[in-house]
Formats: sequence, C-alpha cells, structure tokens
Amino acid sequence: MDPEYRFSHKHLLGLADFSVTDIQAVLQTAESFKEISSRSIKKVPTLRGKTIINFFFEPSTRTRLSFEVAAKRMSADTFNISNSGSSTVKGETLIDTAKNLAAMNPDCIILRHPCSGAARLLAGHINASVLNAGDGTHEHPSQGLLDLMTVREAKGRIAGLKIAIIGDIAHSRVAHSNIIGFSKMGASVVVSGPATLIPPGVEELGAKVSKTVLKAVEGADVIMALRIQQERQQDPLFPSLREYANFFGVTQKVVAVASPEAIIMHPGPINRGVELDPKLADGSRSVILEQVANGVAVRMALLYLIMGGD
Amino acid sequence: MPGLILLKNGRVIDPANGIDQLLDLLIAGGRISAVAQPGSLAEQSGCLVYDLAGKWVVPGLIDMHVHLREPGQEDKETIATGTRAAAAGGFTAVAAMPNTNPVNDNQTVTLFILAKAAEAGFARVYPVGAISRGSKGEHLAEFGELRQAGAVAVTDDGLPVGNSQLMRRALEYAGNHDLLVISHAEELSLSHSGTMNHGALATRLGLGGIPSVAEEIMVYRDLALAEFTRRPIHIAHVSTKESLSLIRRAKEKGVAVTAETAPHYFTLTETAVDGYNTLAKMNPPLRTEADVAAVREALRDGTLDAIATDHAPHSELDKEREFALAANGIIGLETAVPLTLRLVRENQLEARRMVELLSVNPARILGVEGGALSVGAAADVTVIDPEKKFIFSEESIQSKSRNSPFLGWELQGKAVLTIMAGKITWQETL
Ligand SMILES: [Zn+2]
Repeated sequence: MDPEYRFSHKHLLGLADFSVTDIQAVLQTAESFKEISSRSIKKVPTLRGKTIINFFFEPSTRTRLSFEVAAKRMSADTFNISNSGSSTVKGETLIDTAKNLAAMNPDCIILRHPCSGAARLLAGHINASVLNAGDGTHEHPSQGLLDLMTVREAKGRIAGLKIAIIGDIAHSRVAHSNIIGFSKMGASVVVSGPATLIPPGVEELGAKVSKTVLKAVEGADVIMALRIQQERQQDPLFPSLREYANFFGVTQKVVAVASPEAIIMHPGPINRGVELDPKLADGSRSVILEQVANGVAVRMALLYLIMGGD
Repeated sequence: MPGLILLKNGRVIDPANGIDQLLDLLIAGGRISAVAQPGSLAEQSGCLVYDLAGKWVVPGLIDMHVHLREPGQEDKETIATGTRAAAAGGFTAVAAMPNTNPVNDNQTVTLFILAKAAEAGFARVYPVGAISRGSKGEHLAEFGELRQAGAVAVTDDGLPVGNSQLMRRALEYAGNHDLLVISHAEELSLSHSGTMNHGALATRLGLGGIPSVAEEIMVYRDLALAEFTRRPIHIAHVSTKESLSLIRRAKEKGVAVTAETAPHYFTLTETAVDGYNTLAKMNPPLRTEADVAAVREALRDGTLDAIATDHAPHSELDKEREFALAANGIIGLETAVPLTLRLVRENQLEARRMVELLSVNPARILGVEGGALSVGAAADVTVIDPEKKFIFSEESIQSKSRNSPFLGWELQGKAVLTIMAGKITWQETL
C-alpha cells in the first residue's frame, strides 16, 4: 500500500463511497486484529475512553453482538439502544433520537434501520461517526467487508475470482454491498434468482445477471446463498418455498458445476433446506463460521480506523 | 376615478385575441376598459401609471392544480398563504384540490374554501370536489351540490380511483352538472411499494421503484373510459413519454382529452433524488431524460394543454426524514414562471405558447373566466419581467412551506405585478 495513504473517512455509509485502497486498508487492519481474538486475554486498550452507541431500529442479534464484541475487545464503552417499537419502526424519531444521543457525546453510532439512506440522514444531524450496520435495502457495508476478508483468506486473492450470488438480490443490502465490493476489488460477480427478485439496473452496480442458477455457478470460486425473506410474500414474488428450493436453492447438484475448490457462504441466518442444502452449510466447503469470526475482526478494524485510534 | 391603472409600453401577449405587440392597457372599475396603441390613452388624474417597457403583459395566470391544505393542515399552508404565493408567482386564479381534511366532497367544504379565498383576496380560488365520498373510492360524491356551491371539477387526486366502474360512473354523472373529471393516473398495485422512479438509480439507492407503466395503464384506462362515455377527461401531472403518446393518439381519434404537466417534469430528472434528497420526492416521481424531452415536445405540439404546478406544501418535519417516509410533493407556485421561461429562452417554447399553457387553456378547460385581455373582461392581468434574475431563497418564499428542490437556484424571469379583478395582489420594484 502507498505509504502516503491515510484512511480519511469519518463515516461508513456504504462501500460505494470506499476506494479500492480504503477497502484494502480495512482488510489489512482486520487481518492484524484477528489475532487478538485468538489470545487468552482478548482485549486491547486501543479505544479506551471512546463511547460507542449501538442504535438498532430493527431486531438483529447477530450484527449487534458482533459490533458489541468488537467494541469491547478494543476497550470502548458501548451502549445499546434498540428501538423496534411500533412508533419508531415508522421512523418517526430518527432525527429526534439522534439529537438526544448527541447530548451523550458519543464518538460513534452504529445504526441499523429499515429505511434506505437512514445512516446518511443520521450522519447529517450528528457530530459522531456513523457506521451503517444495514439501512433498508441499500447497503450493509461491514458485512460486505467481512465477506471480502473471508474470501481473501480462503483464496489468497479477490481479483479474478468468479463470485455467484444467488437469491433475493432486490431486497438484500448484503447483496448490494457485496456486488459493489467484489466488483471494485476485481472479481467478476454473477447474480441469479427468480426474475422478480433481480432489481433493475443491477448491472450498473457491477453484476452480470444469469437466468439459471447453474449458469451463474458454473466455474464459480465463491457461491453465496442469500436468505429468502418469507415475510415478503404479500407481493407475489415466487410460488412457494418448495419451488424456490427446487429451482433456486444451492444444492449438491448446483455446487457440482462450480470450481472444485469453490467455497460456500451465507450471511445468516439460514433457512436450511430452502436457499441452502443443510449438508453444504455444515460441509467442508462452507466458510460460514469464518464469516462470523471475521465479522468481529472487520468491525474492530472499522471502529479503529473511523475513530482515528492512532 | 378609483381603480384606474394604466399599463404603458408593455409587450401585450394575448393569444386568445391574436395579439402580441407593444400596447397600452387601461383598467377601470376592475375591468379592462381599453387596449390601444402606446401613448394613445390619456392619463387621467388618480390613475396608477406603470411604464412596462421590456415587460410582458399577459392574461392572469391560472394554476389548475394546487393543494392549499386548508381545511385541516394549516401548519403547511392556508388559503391565505397559498393564494399569496400564487399572486407572487403571477397567478390570479388557482384550482384547489380536494384532499383536505375533511375532504372537499360536499358543499359545506366548498363554501368554506370560497369564503376563505374571498376573505384573503389574493387570487380567485376554484374548488375542485372529490369524485368519491371521502375520496375512499366507493360512492360518488354529491356532484350537483358541489357544482351549485361553486366547484368546477372533480377528482380523487392523491387517492387515485382504482375501481373502473366508479370512474365510468363519475364521467357519466359529471355530465349532468358540467363538471370536469380530472384523473390522477396511478395503478396503485404497481406503485405502492415504490418511492422514486423505477430503474438503476432506485436499485443503487435501495429504494423501491415506481415504474412508468403504473401511470400509463391508468392513463389508457381513463382515455378508454372517456371515449366510451363520450365525456371529457383531464389527465393531471403527466410525467412519462408513453403517457404522452397515448394522449396524443387519443386526441387524434377525437377523444375529448386535455392534459397538464408540472414544471418539475420538464426541468428535473430522477437524478435530483440522488443522495436521498426528499425535496425531489414527488408523485408521480421524477423520471428520465427521455421523459423530460417528451414532455417538452408535448408542450410544443399541443399534446399537453396546460402547465400546472401541483403545488404541494409540506412542513420540514414531513420532508427532513428518511426518504421512504418523507411526504410527496413540492411547492411550485413561485417557480412556475421562471422555470417555464427557461424553455422560452432556450427556444423550446414560444412566448405565446407559454401564455396559452399557463392562462388561456386552463381557463378554457375549467370553463372559468379569464385567459384573455378582452375589453370588458375582468382585469386579471400578470406583468412578467422576463429578464429579472433572482436567487430562489427561503426568505423570498410567500408560501407557508419551503419544500422546493429549486432552493438556491439562480432563476430568470418573474411576475413583477399581479392584478386580480383590477386589484394589485403582488408588486415588486419594476
Ligand atoms: Zn395528483
């Protein structure tokens, strides 16, 4: 990396705002932090005295926990505000709550929110750094970064790889951040799923679209299955979970056409037997647990870089 | 004699009378009393005299689609502030949409609106009644009583009529009462999950898309129903290229259709939304370059009959929030003239055509007075300085709300003198 380079982002709102060098810096930092989690005393004093607020407008145990563990390992003080009550689900209090939070003088707010653009909105109303932990169907950049880290760890590189992302691309912020991140880093990304779940202009984010899952996965180095959200079924997106599993599920038959060394990823939680064959999820190709472990390392790196902990 | 106003040396653009030349215009007793060669009218004592060299003198502008918010949402706009904004924008009359609270689906609300408008005295207000009771899309509102009270048209604007039988019956029954039916064309099952134009930008922003077909399907349905019932229909705020093709074809077939667009649809594209700019959130949404080009073409070739602002005031609380949850719509009364003049300056629209779109045709479509500077007619006159440059700023806004994507724009061309029934309702330094 260029010795002159300095990470200069105050916020992490989306991978669309990050350059290749920014992404490399996060991954490099995360790799060096990963070692901390394997020590017997898993704590460094790097962010002592910093205040971090976990501000979650949507229920999400996994992401919240991952951020919390990351913050604690860096010795930061963390507070959790979960706000999934009915009035705030409508989002009526984001700016008001932000003003109240500002009174606590936090250094960083980690925001999960059901509306796209919420992290950017918050960043415009508060002095603290804002870390987007998922906004609507827009981006989930820390997940994108941990997926990049996991692939780089397993494959030794990202450039030149073929990444197949299968499932609900339209409503998946994970898919959006991954398409942007992987294509920025020189991988070729192919998406597939029911046509009802492929958003218009996804090519402009950097993905090719394939009509069939088999074609998408053919020769792929990485297969990523996305969680199907059953609660969206009021919009007639596909006929049934059974048919979904038959035609769009990642199964042994699908994996057979991928590269022999292909790895399998899933952002979790998995609908076993729907988007992913349970044997594959627990099999030797699966890196799903590495994703979880790397999630903590990437989030430690992000907190460190964004709060200028040097 | 009181109420004497002499407008000297202006360029009088009066398409209804085939006039576009330098003339003097005399107003007396609230009416136009003479239009004559410059210098030929004697200046009587007590007469207000304006030298309007370099300015345009046009029939009072009529905005056939505004939301005045009163009764019910007086924090956003009142009839007084809304009509004051109208006067400042050069409008002498506005048609007020019925989506107030309570909905204007009965004579009591119509009479209330007219009383408030008369009290304010800034502009004529033509109430538009609801098509259905409560705009709920079920039962017809009382068209006869609405008409008697002073309504000029009916629409369920904002809550489009999904039930085709209801729309058919509305068209048929409106004929008994000489009410124009205005269609807000939107197929809700296609649009309800969206908050901006469907396409790659919506995908990048993670926002649900509203496809053009959501508008076009309903434009087609309402044209078909107008043809079937042999009744006139007016299509509000047309935003897509294909909607315009459908309207053009229907006009060629002789269907009694008229249509309007709003200045934002010929000025902005969906890119204004980038960065989650809620000031560019509206319904129908801002579309693409191709749609903007088609709208401009349709203004020229007569497919579009009117420019209406869809003035939709909203408080800061309703706009400064998550994009998906922010209110739809922008204020428009005070920017319509300069935005339309941009087209004139770019030679995309003739001055005469601009006056037709903003005055002559709205009067004809609504069946109301105005739209001409004929001797004897009510003195509704707008004076436009086509050169005047200004920054559109929050401080200058007369509306009670500030929700405009044009804030901070340097605009050129402004109404500098607005006269309604012989009374000066807006005046700037000339
Ligand atoms: Zn409307």
